[in-house]
Amino acid sequence: MAAPDALVSTSDPGESQWFAPFSARRLLVLTGLGMILAGMIFGDIFAVFILHQNASRVGRSLTSAANAALGGDVAGVNSSFAGVGQFLENRGTKVDTHVHLIGFGYLALMLAILQPWIALSESARRRIAWLFIFGGVALPTGVFLIHYVGLAHSPLAAIGWASIAADAGGLLVMIATAVYLYGLAMHFVSGFRASVRDTLLNTHTAATRFLLAGGLLLVLLGFLHGLYYAGADLDRHEAADYNTLLQMSSAAAAHNQTQVNQALQQYGQLQGEKAVNVAAHAHLAEFGLLAMLLSFFQPYVSLREVWKLRWAAVLLLGSLMLPVCVLLEIRFGLLAGGLADFGGLLVIVAGFAMWIGILRYGGGLEVARGRTQ
Amino acid sequence: MSAAKRVLLLGGIALALLGMTYGFWYAVFAEHQALDGIGASLASSFSSAANRNLTQSAEALDQYRQARYNYDRQVDAHSHWVGLAMVLIVLGIGFDHIALSRKSKLLLAWGLLIGAVLFPFGVLLQTMSQGVVPKLVAVIGSALVVFALAAAAAGFIRRPNVA
Repeated sequence: MAAPDALVSTSDPGESQWFAPFSARRLLVLTGLGMILAGMIFGDIFAVFILHQNASRVGRSLTSAANAALGGDVAGVNSSFAGVGQFLENRGTKVDTHVHLIGFGYLALMLAILQPWIALSESARRRIAWLFIFGGVALPTGVFLIHYVGLAHSPLAAIGWASIAADAGGLLVMIATAVYLYGLAMHFVSGFRASVRDTLLNTHTAATRFLLAGGLLLVLLGFLHGLYYAGADLDRHEAADYNTLLQMSSAAAAHNQTQVNQALQQYGQLQGEKAVNVAAHAHLAEFGLLAMLLSFFQPYVSLREVWKLRWAAVLLLGSLMLPVCVLLEIRFGLLAGGLADFGGLLVIVAGFAMWIGILRYGGGLEVARGRTQ
Repeated sequence: MSAAKRVLLLGGIALALLGMTYGFWYAVFAEHQALDGIGASLASSFSSAANRNLTQSAEALDQYRQARYNYDRQVDAHSHWVGLAMVLIVLGIGFDHIALSRKSKLLLAWGLLIGAVLFPFGVLLQTMSQGVVPKLVAVIGSALVVFALAAAAAGFIRRPNVA
């Protein structure tokens, strides 16, 4: 198939241009990693200052609902559950903010890698990068505000302005990703596939391989843990969730305070078990993916090789430490929780060091390649 | 670009779009209703208990269980499609580092793509039927993913240098 000349000339501006200041790739790398770090810091703040307090409030509301049912107070039950709904919405939107900031950061890094193969002009790719960044920030910001804005001044009965902003942000991200996909498809049908020269992916450092292998092992470990949990515990946990609530409501109807208290305690333990398993699974997979993604950008990290390896090791250590210690929280409590937070801090510090290294990058890779040629 | 790399990159991007489209549809048209249903059925169960109506309380709790079961799987399908799509794309980018034959790499890529589609699809099917077939689809999908990831990890470890 004959390719339009414009596609070829604009998709390959020369490899020195791929990481020029304010190029699409540089924008996506720096904002993508920035979004991941912001999402992690938000997650840490959320875990330390909001998550546990919120879980305790939900527990108190459920206790209050069960006690109201015990006393035959229907109005009390409804008012307690209204509180639970608010706390759950508060918690859910915080988790979604954390997850989507990091998820869009990952997507930005991946799109950054693919830039040389996207058959669009640099200015078009840069504009789409800004669209992606705007949507990627609008969605988590909107989600974060849902709990605070509610339905104030909303034209819709069930969805508030913050939800509308979040959904619009998601739509922008989808549009930007779809346009990049179109550009990628155009590259493959253009017949000039061999014309792209990307030094980044052809440069292999020790840190690249270390992060790639370590990251994939973390992903595999996370997937295996998820499968084990789904096979061994998920059905049991779901049945226990229903049975404990049934026991709670039946005991309340029968005026049995002791059984209500017992069921409440079991319910709290069950929620804790579920939460640590889901968190360990998700964090293993996500940190593994982060390590793999960052491996490709190691040639752009302007640090000495030994320091690149050190930061890679710190990132992998923290990536393993956080989920393992989260799993141990049920058994060892706050000590394991503290170590898990420290693991998260190690990942953030290592990620920030790499971000600084990338920010400092001044084209050394292209200069080195020019010398060898 | 090798055929295996193309399978992983294009398949991964298509899967990410599928996962995001499903998530967008679910957030706009279904999630709020599902969450309202979960909260309302739980509140109804405890209100019925306060009225000493055990039958109605148990019925409401059954609705809660079903709504929660569906909600968890719908969210899981969305997040696993997008998550696995990312793994596919990242692996596709680094596929040159894997020390396997071209044919094995292509097989690995297709296995991973099919597994990444099937596993969350099987989870989603469980919201329509709780029989054996959806579970079997999810198990086959996850087995394909585990095998492919393990083979890729072995390939990375086997090769100290890339030509």
